[in-house]
Amino acid sequence: MSQSQSKPRRSLGSWALIAVPYLWLLVFFLAPFLIVFKISLSEVAVAIPPYLPAFDLAEGWAGLVDSVSQFSFDNYLWLTEDDLYWKSYLSSVVIATISTFIALLVGYPIAYGMSRAPKAWRATLLMLIILPFWTSFLIRVYAWIGILKNEGLLNQFLLWLGVIDQPLVILNTNIAVYIGIVYSYLPFLVLPLYATLEKLDETLLEAAEDLGCPSWQAFWKITFPLSLPGVVAGCFLVFIPAVGEFVIPDLLGGSNTLMIGKTLWVEFFANRDWPVSSAVAVLLLLLLVVPIVLFQNHQQKLQERQS
Amino acid sequence: MAKKAIGPVRRTFTPWEDSSAKPFIEFRNVTKRFGDFTAVDNLSLKIYEREFFALLGGSGCGKTTMMRMLAGFESPTEGQILLDGQDMAGVPPYKRPANMMFQSYALFPHMSVEGNIAFGLKQDGMAKADIAARVAEMLRLVKLEPFAKRKPHQLSGGQRQRVALARALAKRPKVLLLDEPLGALDRKLREETQFELMNIQEELKTTFLIVTHDQEEAMTVADRIAVMDAGKIMQVATPAEIYETPNSRFVADFIGDINLMEARVVSTSEDGTVMQAVALGCQIETSQTTTAAVGDTVWYAVRPEKIRIELGETEHAEGTTAVNQTNGEIWDIAYMGDVSIFHSHVGNGNGVSIRSTVANVTRLVERPLTWDDKVTLSWGRDAGVILTN
Amino acid sequence: MRNGPSWFNVTSLVLGFSFLYLPIVLLVVFSFNESRLVTVWGGFSTKWYGELFRNTQLLDAAKVTLEVAFLSASCATVLGTMAALVLNRSGRFPGRSMFSGMIFAPLVMPEVILGLSLLLLFVAIDQSRGFWTIMIAHTTFAMCYVAVVVQSRLVGFDRSIEEAAEDLGSPPLKTFFLITLPLIFPAVVAGWMLAFTLSLDDLVIASFTTGPGATTLPMKIYSQVRLGVTPEINAVCTILVGLVTVGVIAASITTKRREQQRQRDERAAIAQG
Repeated sequence: MSQSQSKPRRSLGSWALIAVPYLWLLVFFLAPFLIVFKISLSEVAVAIPPYLPAFDLAEGWAGLVDSVSQFSFDNYLWLTEDDLYWKSYLSSVVIATISTFIALLVGYPIAYGMSRAPKAWRATLLMLIILPFWTSFLIRVYAWIGILKNEGLLNQFLLWLGVIDQPLVILNTNIAVYIGIVYSYLPFLVLPLYATLEKLDETLLEAAEDLGCPSWQAFWKITFPLSLPGVVAGCFLVFIPAVGEFVIPDLLGGSNTLMIGKTLWVEFFANRDWPVSSAVAVLLLLLLVVPIVLFQNHQQKLQERQS
Repeated sequence: MAKKAIGPVRRTFTPWEDSSAKPFIEFRNVTKRFGDFTAVDNLSLKIYEREFFALLGGSGCGKTTMMRMLAGFESPTEGQILLDGQDMAGVPPYKRPANMMFQSYALFPHMSVEGNIAFGLKQDGMAKADIAARVAEMLRLVKLEPFAKRKPHQLSGGQRQRVALARALAKRPKVLLLDEPLGALDRKLREETQFELMNIQEELKTTFLIVTHDQEEAMTVADRIAVMDAGKIMQVATPAEIYETPNSRFVADFIGDINLMEARVVSTSEDGTVMQAVALGCQIETSQTTTAAVGDTVWYAVRPEKIRIELGETEHAEGTTAVNQTNGEIWDIAYMGDVSIFHSHVGNGNGVSIRSTVANVTRLVERPLTWDDKVTLSWGRDAGVILTN
Repeated sequence: MRNGPSWFNVTSLVLGFSFLYLPIVLLVVFSFNESRLVTVWGGFSTKWYGELFRNTQLLDAAKVTLEVAFLSASCATVLGTMAALVLNRSGRFPGRSMFSGMIFAPLVMPEVILGLSLLLLFVAIDQSRGFWTIMIAHTTFAMCYVAVVVQSRLVGFDRSIEEAAEDLGSPPLKTFFLITLPLIFPAVVAGWMLAFTLSLDDLVIASFTTGPGATTLPMKIYSQVRLGVTPEINAVCTILVGLVTVGVIAASITTKRREQQRQRDERAAIAQG
């Protein structure tokens, strides 16, 4: 009759439940990665597909062994030799770090203000934070072009105020990229931060005040240290996607804005060098493994502490 | 007129009877409103130095608001609060010489036990060596020396409670405020901790103000209790007075168990009062005087343990009425282990019942009284108290 | 809240939300600009919307996008809900940690990698690219989001309700459709909506996995943006923003209404009791 699903004996149905999404992910998520890895070891060729050795299941096991023997790490060597890639990696990390820091400076007061707002407002404020996340990323980035252009709205406004008499060049610089990343990923930072700040027991602040600590000091001694888990989670959530970002550096950045996502795109679509772009992808993934694993550990620790 | 303390007086410490004594904490006509809701209603109260004072009441009676106003987390809508002669209006919490032990303990989760206790001292800019000495002293006081380096989540509930106590006491406050301090502990630990609190209070000679909804806790620890209801103080007195001579039906009913008998005043004199019980069919005589006039309806309140219960009905001659005794029939017995509570129907089946507590001095099988037994219930002249409101 | 909102908090909220919303507001405002220049106000006009509806290329792209979004969101919801059930209910099975890894990885994976790898898969199996490959790609990454949303709902789910149903004679599959699904339905709907908008928004993955004849709206917008900013794009964006905003607000009002109704019912029941 009723059977517990945690027991080793499983019905056919519960196996099917596991199998369907599992197989889908194996075929459409894991297998593609293996292919990327494989192609990163191939040579570029003027062919369709534009790489050698081509992957051909018809040749069977012998064909597979044959193609493995043709693998080379040339693409990776190439990446180390051409400093474009090194610079892209480094510059991606630098841009992501700076943007994350700015996002924290902008996002902390927002999250703090939300968590101290009257209870009745909080749900609305939360929705206002999430709402931009639902609107198209591309549109949100596009909106900034009109603002940041030389003859754009920001410059018009500043000229009108009389703060400047020459338009500032912001679009097509790294500053525009920072603005774009902060703007696009701000909700990712605010949400986990708000969640920690909202859970903060207000009696702790009362206790600090009761023990002689004025409220502005209580912020640094109590609130900020206790919100660190949210700060860390939020920063990871901005940093990780920012490193591999393509749209923002492409639309807002200049020709000398180097980011690895953009380099990969150019390598793939403009130069049609599939093996090298695959190698770039593999290295980008390796670059992200460290923060992703750190983030997972952080989340796990948080969950354990809560339970 | 100074009232005489009834019953065994634990200490000879009774500053409230001394009309020349200066109150240490004084609430003067304090009102606190939250929007339309009046939490504390024009309330005045005097608490003396070194007193262990309890605010007792159900939830929403305003007792916590009183404490929070004293700590400075709320400011009174009207009225004044004085601490050691100084008006507290406008003094922020972090400058008040009162420290609070929070109901949730509010221990800082990112600091060790030591760090928590030292927190308030650091705010005062105390020298490092002095802080270390004071922390050590506090740890000794609450018997937590081995746990100094632990974080709050590594402590048991009772240990956390003691850290909270040590932290609040570390600054040597003029007043220690305890907000339901033992609410989160289990019964046995709670009783132990109550005595520990009393010992610490006697050792430090600090004024303690405790807020609690647990009447046993208030009775055990406090020198005086204020019973609160709906933002008003119903009675302020020693535990024994509150129990033995409640001044209202509310207090009588709130503290412990009590039989309330409706009665009409027959005669009053210097020597006492005679009443006719409405439902019992007997007269009540007491040596207590009353302000009620002849013919007024009053309530006579007697604690169950002050009612004797004996097997067999008592016959009365024609034309005479029983005095301070009535016949009844046992319809329910609650066996509590140490005592049994007998519920007896009285007054010819009109639904009125009287509870009487009997200590179980013999084993259960030898108990002489059982269900449906006809019994006589009686009480002494000074067993109860007349309540007019 | 002792002293009400402080000026600092109010200021940071006002500035923060202006930062989040001002660019979108300006974008919407300038879609009604008479002038061809996006940044100089030339009077109110809806002419760009008119041009939009004569631009057949754009309309085709919109149609493709909506079809892809609808199909991939629906597939992703089914697969994602199954995945959430597996994560939450199936206990241990061989390869479980790899399974949960594959669910969470796409959430943090750069889109360029997802797009590239799927394209290389389609090339390797010699699948001609177009509508269906975009659909599959979107299903794959959106199902992971659905799984996370549904799983968070399942975590707070009282299993004894299901056990009660089985105790009363309902077989597991029937229990799922009669008991579990109705109770987690709000999360499933939220998952579908998330998947739909993710697909609607996606530029990078679609650019990699598309083929001739299947151009999505973001791709169209992107290629035009690279040529310059025009009020016509503002108009497209305004329509998209408007649709999403109306959808999200309607959904959240519905949930709130239902919740309030439930609370009213509960209060009424208590009052009666």
